[in-house]
Amino acid sequence: MLSVETFETIEEAAGAVGERSRFMAGGTLLMVAVNYGNQGFDRIVRTSDRRLGEISNAGDRVHIGAGVTMAKVAASRDLAFLAPAARSVGGPAIRNRATVGGNLFAPHPYGDFATALLALDATVHWADGREEPIETVLQNRGQSIGLAAAVSVPRPQADEFRFLKVARVKPKGASVMALAAWLPKSAGRLENTRIAFGAMGATAARVKACEAALNGTNLDERGIEPALQAATEGLSPQDDALASGWYRREVAPIHLKRLLIPERRL
Amino acid sequence: MTTIEFRKDLFADERVDDLKQIGKPTVRQDILGHVTGRSPYYDDHLFDGLLHMRCVRSPHHHARIRSIDTSAAERMPGVRRIVMPSDVPHNINTLLSLINFGRDDEPLLSHTKVSYRGEPVCAVIADTERQARAAIAAVRVDWEVLPHVLDVEEALEPDAPVVNEEYPNNTFDYHERYDHQKLRFGDIGAGFAQADRVIEGRYQMSPIEQAPLETCGAIAAPETNDRFVCYTSTQALFFSLGTTAKLLDIASSRLHFVGGTVGGGFGGKVDSIVEPMATLGAVLTGRPVKFMWDRPEEMQVGAPRGGERWYIKDGVMNDGRIVARSFTGFFDCGAYTRLSSYAIIKATGHLPGPYTIPNVASNVYCVYTNRTPATAMRGFGITGVDFAIESHMDKVAEAVGMDPVELRILNAYRDGDMKAHRRLAKNTALIECCQVAADKAGWRIGPQFAAASSLSDGGGDRALIGETVTDQEGRIGERRQRRIPFAPSERGTGRIAAGTAGEAVSAARPQRDDMQPEPERIGHKVSAADPERPAQPAAPPAPAAPPPQAPQPAQATPPPVYEPQAPAEPPAPQSPPPAQPEPYRPSEPFQRGVKRPGASRFISGTRRR
Amino acid sequence: MEKTALNFTLNGAETGVFVDAGANLLDVLRRGVGDQTPKYGCGQGSCGACSVLIDGELHLSCLTLAETVAGKSVETTAGLAGGPELHALQKAFIDGFAAQCGYCTPGMLMAARALLDSNPNPSRDDVAEAISGNICRCTGYEPIIDAILAAASGSGRRFG
Ligand SMILES: Cc1cc2nc3c(=O)[nH]c(=O)nc-3n(C[C@H](O)[C@H](O)[C@H](O)COP(=O)(O)OP(=O)(O)OC[C@H]3O[C@@H](n4cnc5c(N)ncnc54)[C@H](O)[C@@H]3O)c2cc1C
Ligand code: FES
Ligand code: FES
Repeated sequence: MLSVETFETIEEAAGAVGERSRFMAGGTLLMVAVNYGNQGFDRIVRTSDRRLGEISNAGDRVHIGAGVTMAKVAASRDLAFLAPAARSVGGPAIRNRATVGGNLFAPHPYGDFATALLALDATVHWADGREEPIETVLQNRGQSIGLAAAVSVPRPQADEFRFLKVARVKPKGASVMALAAWLPKSAGRLENTRIAFGAMGATAARVKACEAALNGTNLDERGIEPALQAATEGLSPQDDALASGWYRREVAPIHLKRLLIPERRL
Repeated sequence: MTTIEFRKDLFADERVDDLKQIGKPTVRQDILGHVTGRSPYYDDHLFDGLLHMRCVRSPHHHARIRSIDTSAAERMPGVRRIVMPSDVPHNINTLLSLINFGRDDEPLLSHTKVSYRGEPVCAVIADTERQARAAIAAVRVDWEVLPHVLDVEEALEPDAPVVNEEYPNNTFDYHERYDHQKLRFGDIGAGFAQADRVIEGRYQMSPIEQAPLETCGAIAAPETNDRFVCYTSTQALFFSLGTTAKLLDIASSRLHFVGGTVGGGFGGKVDSIVEPMATLGAVLTGRPVKFMWDRPEEMQVGAPRGGERWYIKDGVMNDGRIVARSFTGFFDCGAYTRLSSYAIIKATGHLPGPYTIPNVASNVYCVYTNRTPATAMRGFGITGVDFAIESHMDKVAEAVGMDPVELRILNAYRDGDMKAHRRLAKNTALIECCQVAADKAGWRIGPQFAAASSLSDGGGDRALIGETVTDQEGRIGERRQRRIPFAPSERGTGRIAAGTAGEAVSAARPQRDDMQPEPERIGHKVSAADPERPAQPAAPPAPAAPPPQAPQPAQATPPPVYEPQAPAEPPAPQSPPPAQPEPYRPSEPFQRGVKRPGASRFISGTRRR
Repeated sequence: MEKTALNFTLNGAETGVFVDAGANLLDVLRRGVGDQTPKYGCGQGSCGACSVLIDGELHLSCLTLAETVAGKSVETTAGLAGGPELHALQKAFIDGFAAQCGYCTPGMLMAARALLDSNPNPSRDDVAEAISGNICRCTGYEPIIDAILAAASGSGRRFG
């Protein structure tokens, strides 16, 4: 028998999540489990906490409540740099419901938005006050207990941040892969580059060899060549109904090149 | 907006042109219901106290069932009934038994073993869908996993596991004689010898799921007068009714089936599985029961268009004329026959494509593998082989250095040509299609090809039937010893004289005299092309177009063309395909009529009043 | 099984129904309230046949926990026509042959309605994007997009 419990605050909800229970945000994934009779849980925990739906500026960072939907991100002026990533998730009805917090925990091939957050070095703010870099949250998400209350991201300079999703069905479709790059420059050369791939492994992941190869270069064909060679180092893409791991690995450098040096549309 | 262009200049004198509807926009008669959401799909019928049925399915491709433990499930909240294979009154069927084709080979719920992933072994009926799902999860099945085979050619290896005990050679039995369907026309051996070059190719099509937006399902409920009403998504209402009557051993007069509004079918809603399940549920519980596939079930156990593999070998002259064509085809029918056996008859009827080729042979195999059983999909039996043929035409064009459109026009059949089925081609239009398509695409073709016409240069020599070489290779059970090749023999052991259209054929006889079809109601007309043929009523649906029969001694004159074999036989089909003397008879005649409960007497033929 | 009372507005009318814990809105609309216009195609958010508007926003009713619409306004295709007069979208779908089996149609209409409510003059790309969560297996998307554009521009052609 299933029960649904709704709490006023995220802290209370966090306290209520335990054995055989799941936290429901937008429910785009969790409701599927409910509809299909998943026997792994019999309590659904929700919260009506309004703080979860807020977007706010704090210094040079933007705080995004974990319950903010993709539609809201796409419409937010403060988050214009994340709009392409938000708009890449599902169709319009999914985006009206899918949340930022849920995207952190969405299984392969989902997690496009988390890929963007990873490239931006987002910080996850847990309900209990802890803060943790998104990278370790993603790495440990199998074990991670607790609820995310918000994420915060630095505001990149114009054109420093790029996102690309490769899908077979357009305009909507799950990822063959998602790519995000944060490309800050210092004196005309790349510095502190962050490259993240989604749908190229169990969770979104950075490719550090690729980042290292980009640092200090210009964004030109010759400069990025070593980075393209290292594009998938350390990634272990899976086979699924959309593409084989082999295919993903083969085409990743091509898409990375398109991200780094956008082709001019004829 | 999409526009249709009518090319009334083509075949103008073959057409009456006083049509009132065609060519004019018309409002669909059902569209008001669609846009208001009022079209009544099966699931739109509300019943108080509706129960929900779900199946326990095999996680394995092939496994023996050692035991099923439903004790925990029985005690779960909301569970009304566990349905076991022993609850199915007549738990064995083949879909085409309704037209006397093939042997019963598939249970509704499997009791001994499962032969594909997702095969159902028992079901739970509960108050809510969620309770049914919870109970399903509590059923314990002790499986003994067996080796499986998923590839058609591997399934024909001598040591391949037996998928379907009814067909232990992993092939359907055609005409109680061969492990494949044969087509023989002319002498391919001589054709290949005469050809300047021989071009071979291998083509393959994966299974394709119809994926209708509405999943398959049915709701059945007790009705007045001890009847059961069943609302269903079926595309084949009377097929589903007859199948339900047979499996449940219930008179079809007690079944009230309502269909007609289908949320997309494309062929995938003919298999008549959800109807007997829902009706069985209603019989066992006395309550309305819904059996609906969810989306993963639709994808996993909903029968797809089966995979196919084709080998084509062409003998081609340097000028592009194709003088011989041989086919070896494998249909992956999955674990049970369903409709694949019949799809092969249709595929064979389509060979060698819309081309006039004097020597043609084919062997097509309906192969059992541990995959989801295959069924119909639009273009039934044709899509895969057409893909193979047209891909091969491109390959031939490239090999002989010819334009692919010109190659098609050169080899296209024309009015009056003899087809490999020994029927004269009429109303052919491939040449004109090629010309118009080339024109639309801005594709240049040579003047003599642009001037070609389906109406001219056909017939004459092209209407002749050459001496046909026959063979008896591939008798049932022979292949498992691996002694004979799959491809049609190029040598043969028998001959049918040139100019002979073949032998008389009759399909299975209707078992009731009053089921003789009435040609005037069916709408067949007598072809003017065969003046010697008397106007005869067509045979009832003739599933089997049996192969030319060869075992006559070489000197024996073939029997007269198109003559019924015995006075007692039903009249020969109007345009008989190549023949076999013995009509197909099921080993155990399946009786129609009220004598045998469960068999509908309304199923085959039209009843004379 | 324990049921909770749920009150909401359905196509402008106040509605009350008892629901099971965990029930989705699609089930509650179809079996609880008897509005059969949203359809089940997948129960997993991928087909769009169950699309409805909640407080004017497009949502998939199969992914909506029924109790979350308490006090809200739900709109379905059953409420699209204004009395006997069909909505412009319905007329355009009829005229443009934008349905075959009709199973996707109620969902398509809701997605289209959500678009036109917020953007009365959409481009072809806007329309494609707006119905990108709705699958149609029969008709092909072109006539559907044409019909939505025709409804937007009021240029539906009528057959006599
Ligand atoms: C048809 C369809 C298409 C989709 N397309 C895409 C796509 O293109 N790209 C993509 O990335 N995803 C896609 N998704 C997946 C999903 O919609 C998104 O990933 C979404 O962001 C998940 O958020 P949610 O709020 O709906 O999660 P929910 O379903 O509510 O939750 C998902 C999981 O995350 C956990 N969770 C949720 N919020 C928190 C939190 N704050 N703290 C801790 N745990 C939490 C839940 O307990 C649950 O286990 C698609 C889904 C569907 C059904
Ligand atoms: S049934 Fe809701 S999206 Fe398919
Ligand atoms: S009309 Fe059949 S799915 Fe769209």
